[in-house]
Amino acid sequence: MSDSLAPSPSRADLFLTYGKIGLIGFGGINAWARRVLVEEKRWLTEQEYAETLGLGQVLPGPNALNAAIMIGDRFHGAVGALLASCSMFGGPLVILMGLAVLYDSYGEVPLVKAVLAGVAAAAAGMVLGTAVKMGQKLKPTLALLGVGLCALAAAGFFRVPLPMVVLGLAPFGILASWYGARGK
Amino acid sequence: MTATIFWQLLLGFGAISLVSVGGGIAVLPEMHRMVVDVHGWMSDADFARRFALAQAAPGPNVLVVGLFGWHVGGILGMLTASAAMTVPTSLIAFGFSRLRARLLGRPWLRIIERGLVPIAVGLIASSGMILAQGSAESWVTVVLTICSAIFVWRTDFSPLWVLGAGAIIGGLTL
Repeated sequence: MSDSLAPSPSRADLFLTYGKIGLIGFGGINAWARRVLVEEKRWLTEQEYAETLGLGQVLPGPNALNAAIMIGDRFHGAVGALLASCSMFGGPLVILMGLAVLYDSYGEVPLVKAVLAGVAAAAAGMVLGTAVKMGQKLKPTLALLGVGLCALAAAGFFRVPLPMVVLGLAPFGILASWYGARGK
Repeated sequence: MTATIFWQLLLGFGAISLVSVGGGIAVLPEMHRMVVDVHGWMSDADFARRFALAQAAPGPNVLVVGLFGWHVGGILGMLTASAAMTVPTSLIAFGFSRLRARLLGRPWLRIIERGLVPIAVGLIASSGMILAQGSAESWVTVVLTICSAIFVWRTDFSPLWVLGAGAIIGGLTL
């Protein structure tokens, strides 16, 4: 895979792309944002996206939104941040309004439930596949890999509250990163 | 929607958002406390159903607060709750983004950023795992999840293909 980036997006590109990410973001935004921004559009490298998302996790608030604001700001300042965040939320909010109205009448229809269950299972696999792909392409040092696996185990198996996972592991991640940088 | 509920939504979700390190879903227990225990706006089962609905829909998972707002205040409640949950932290993120641009290239900032990467990837993996557990209703959905993960990992085709396949297989194996 080459790391060559595409030219910076225009404001319209940013708006439309984040709108698309919001609308196809089944199972959460992050895996889809990575797919579109890194693989399809090539606006960011794998490493840049992962770093931005990492910062978005440490700050309070929805991490996908924090990442969208930082990425929008990077390309088009305050306007970019506003365009990216509003378009990411706008489409899904409209869909959710529709669902809020329909769900009480149709949510129990067996076909609807079965289709949603199939989509949910596929989306779960998509998110898992993305994590494996990122881990492979980022080529972490052994120490960083260890921190990542701890995050997975703590949040996925033991269901430790996320603020504790993030704030508890951040010092170890930074230590591992510092140790890796020292050797170079 | 009464003025009281408006302020309860605004201040309640605004306060919760400020401690939601790790993402909107990190504070789900706090939301449950506010919506079910403190205000008694909905039952436990209603809460779970709305969360499941927001999970099934595309978009940021945090939009579930919109459904809570909708339940007590209609469309205005939905907008109030969503704004309360997102605007204050967005301003913080923007301020941070500016600070980061000014510090760009400092070696210690690079080290911190690289150190947070494994947490970001680990949490994506854990959310996939939690989603997979939640959707594992039968052997069909388990196989679907595994095939989808392999497809997304090993190929560069759009993951929309597996979502479409999931919808069709789900419908057929009703």
